[in-house]
Amino acid sequence: MDSKLDNVAKTIDDIVKQLNGTTLHTQLKRAAQHEGEKSSVQLSSLKSDVIQSLKLSGWEKLLRNEVFRKMHSVQNTLDQAIPFECQKEPLMYMRKAQANWERRILKSMNSMCTELSIPLSRKRPADEQRDLLHKWNEMGTDEPDLSHFRPVYAPKDFLEVITSIRNPNYCSLTGSEIDDRSLNFESHWGLIQVSLQVPSLAELREIFAEFSLSNAHVGLDDSPDFPSDMFQNERNKLAKRVIDEKRSPIAQYFCRRGCPSGFRADLWQIALGVTVGHLDVLKYEQMKGYVLQHDLLVDSLIYKDVKLTSVNDDYYFVFEDYLYQVLLIFSRDTSVLELFSRSSATPPKSYIRVEKSSENVSTDKNTPEPDEQDGQPTKSTGSSVFGKIRIVDDLPDDAIDESDAADHSTGKLGLEEFAVVYPPNGVIPFHGFSMYVTPLCYLYSEPVRLYYVFREFYVRFFHRLHVISSHPQGIVTLCLLFESLLQSFHPTLFRHLQDIGCQPLKIAFKWLVRAFSGYLSTDQLLLLWDRILGFNNLLLLPVLAVAIFLFRQTNLLLVTNVAGVEASLSDLSTLQVIPLLQSVLFHS
Amino acid sequence: MMSKNVRIGRGYQKKIAGDHRVIRYRCALNNVISDMLKQRLGWVEAKEGEDWDFYWCDVGWLRENFDHIYMEEHVRICHFRNHFELTRKNLMVKNLKRLKKQLERESKSESAKCDFFPMTYELPSEYHIFVEEFKKNPGTVWIMKPIAKSQGKGIFLFRRLKDITEWKKEGYRVNADERKEETKDVETYIVQRYLGNPYLIGGKKFDLRIYVLVTSYIPLKAWLYRDGFARFSNTRFSLDSIDDSYVHLTNVAIQKTAPDYDPEKGCKWSLQQLRHYLTAKHGYESVEEMFQQMNEIFIKSLQSVQKTIINDKHCFELYGYDILLDSNLKLWLLEVNASPSLTASNQEDYDLKFGLLDDAMHIIDMEGRMTGKEKRVGNFDLMWSDGPVYAEDATLDTLGGPSYATNTFLGCHNDRKRQLIQLFRTIQSKKAAASHS
Repeated sequence: MDSKLDNVAKTIDDIVKQLNGTTLHTQLKRAAQHEGEKSSVQLSSLKSDVIQSLKLSGWEKLLRNEVFRKMHSVQNTLDQAIPFECQKEPLMYMRKAQANWERRILKSMNSMCTELSIPLSRKRPADEQRDLLHKWNEMGTDEPDLSHFRPVYAPKDFLEVITSIRNPNYCSLTGSEIDDRSLNFESHWGLIQVSLQVPSLAELREIFAEFSLSNAHVGLDDSPDFPSDMFQNERNKLAKRVIDEKRSPIAQYFCRRGCPSGFRADLWQIALGVTVGHLDVLKYEQMKGYVLQHDLLVDSLIYKDVKLTSVNDDYYFVFEDYLYQVLLIFSRDTSVLELFSRSSATPPKSYIRVEKSSENVSTDKNTPEPDEQDGQPTKSTGSSVFGKIRIVDDLPDDAIDESDAADHSTGKLGLEEFAVVYPPNGVIPFHGFSMYVTPLCYLYSEPVRLYYVFREFYVRFFHRLHVISSHPQGIVTLCLLFESLLQSFHPTLFRHLQDIGCQPLKIAFKWLVRAFSGYLSTDQLLLLWDRILGFNNLLLLPVLAVAIFLFRQTNLLLVTNVAGVEASLSDLSTLQVIPLLQSVLFHS
Repeated sequence: MMSKNVRIGRGYQKKIAGDHRVIRYRCALNNVISDMLKQRLGWVEAKEGEDWDFYWCDVGWLRENFDHIYMEEHVRICHFRNHFELTRKNLMVKNLKRLKKQLERESKSESAKCDFFPMTYELPSEYHIFVEEFKKNPGTVWIMKPIAKSQGKGIFLFRRLKDITEWKKEGYRVNADERKEETKDVETYIVQRYLGNPYLIGGKKFDLRIYVLVTSYIPLKAWLYRDGFARFSNTRFSLDSIDDSYVHLTNVAIQKTAPDYDPEKGCKWSLQQLRHYLTAKHGYESVEEMFQQMNEIFIKSLQSVQKTIINDKHCFELYGYDILLDSNLKLWLLEVNASPSLTASNQEDYDLKFGLLDDAMHIIDMEGRMTGKEKRVGNFDLMWSDGPVYAEDATLDTLGGPSYATNTFLGCHNDRKRQLIQLFRTIQSKKAAASHS
């Protein structure tokens, strides 16, 4: 009990610390001062009067929303004595797997740089900056030659890595190899072979209790097949009230049963605690300035990804320009780095290096030139470049493979003072990354608002989908939940698919990684994200994936090859999300 | 070509009970329409010079031949004799202005329903009125369109009167070669107040293409197709770059020359997608209201030419309406096309157009299968039949759309194949019942 209280105290302490010195803090102080100066305030009841008037003037609400938002990001640290890396990820083998994965990504990026002779970063000449500024709103009309670029990785590569994770301390009871299924029927049939705790169906029912059939839902009870204006009208009225109320927890709770489409944009924004004030606009403009000043390699990757995914989409192509205005800014946003303190991932770092001939420094810090590094020639176009990226080595030695160790031993890397995170937000986009943004374009037509809502979504949810961790909502857990649910619901189907050489996860993984974006029709996707936001829970993703397999089971049981399975599951655009989720959660 | 006063449709087979007779058709276009006609059961393409029962002709053929042929009762062609009353921009405006004036005498509210076309003048005939209006509205952007050209040819924008006086001098000279016989003297243009606040999605401008089928003008009988699309302009909208014609015009033909045009993409949204998007932004009621506005545009524009068009039971017309949505969710009629493009830009577009034409053929009903009392055929809903057509309450047909006052379901859930099967089944069972009794 004591430790629980301590925890609460610590959380409060952390949040207070985080709020200290923020703009909100200053604003509150000023508002309090203003209230205190009013003649109606008595000296004897100064404190309560001021608090009362802050409540009345709405400041208290803003503070509450901010605290609510911070609660999502505050570390639930049990003990200060626990080392930092263990707080990030308690399981050593997960840490190693993530570190190795990051290494692979960086290697792939480095080799692309070398191959294409492209610097990681390049200062744009003045006229190029002007050009870019001029076409900021129509960056989609620019058609740079990106044929040589390839996405750093695709979900498929990531799946391979995840399925190869093993717990070195695990010992099967029968002593046999895990995948020898004839001997070991109790084992998990799927691809994920680490034992993490996943919720049982009963637990899921408890978490998602509001999904029960006895409740009315947006996305089901307002569907055109059941014209019941009653529910819709009531829901609309309620939505208006929730929006007027402007309280994050209420808005979030409201999302659990779905947002009427006309109110979703506001409801989500309130639920996420995203405010777009004067300062946020300035911040956005500042980051826009950074985009204009420097051309980063990741920009090309972003371009490439948008062209490959959203632009090819029959529906989303319209939003191309918005995607650049969000994703390029995102890559410059250092406030995203904060999430690495509670994620198993580590942002990649690069070392500033200045061309001998040039006086420009490629980052904002004016750093003196370190030694020329590892003799690698850099081909830059007159301006300075970043060197090769490397993760700063705070990892256990055995996580480093030999070639890296060799680099390391040259001793020229790892100079902490010259290290910068690359890209500035620490997130390297992969194939399909832009699909996290596209559905939101449907809701927000102001780039700044769109940006901050996306950032909050990413920081709260999406970053878990491409990082290896044992987090209860991390991608590994989601995969495991998918496999174990499908296995227990319909073992025949699972076995059948396995027999024809098609592990279900191989199909479902891309859905999970993208949170179904680009697979479901947009209205259905938004209904799904309503619930993810409302329950603050990604576990719905695997539940839906299982539901889809069960829904298409008749076909799936008939097909006899991988192509057939892929074909039966290639088009999800006709599916109705809510009844599907209910069918799994509350199937009797 | 045809000699004088040819009789068309002789030698038409008598209908044999339970069997389809052969329908001889001709088709002037080589795109979705010809594909569709080819696959119709019992339809045979007539060779050059042979007799025919159905002709999907172009307007040029109509102009040259219509007065020299005599058509048998059952023969059908796809244009009215003077279709241009609605489809030529200057005449459309003239007709609409006239209707508006008529309605003004009756009631203010009715005439206000005609406020869906921007201020428009014909040049050179109305040049002086235009100049007056121009001076009253400084800073307005105007758009100049040649009346007889389609698909965006010859269109330009201007802000200063100087631009147009220069055009007057040069333009006529340049255009001299292109002049058709029908426009012996100066080419007629219309000048229109340019709609400067279009609704933007993703920063892009778009217009709507909606299909209306008219099977008769007296009495007026018009059908509205549920599906249609929004065509996006490839680049961002801004009035700063007035010379950049790519920005402002959404006609597919013009867009194709944009340097980054990708025909595979098509740059289109279905009406359903648009409806979803707008509902997400503005809520259900506003969007509902907007789609209701659309009905007024169709009906009023058709009524404006009802007495002018020479009604002919052999003729029908499939109009392509171009409509612009502005940022206040108000709709503007840009123009009506008598020969909407039937070339498909991608598979989805192909399916849409194929379905559209197939359904139109069911309504034209060369096969004589319909009862004539249908309110929905495929994705077509009967919207006007000598008066407004009201939607029935939640019958099988109307399920899937919100219950409208009028029988229109633009951009609503549609399932034409299922509807058609059901429709034919009902007709058959009714016929069977009738023959038994």
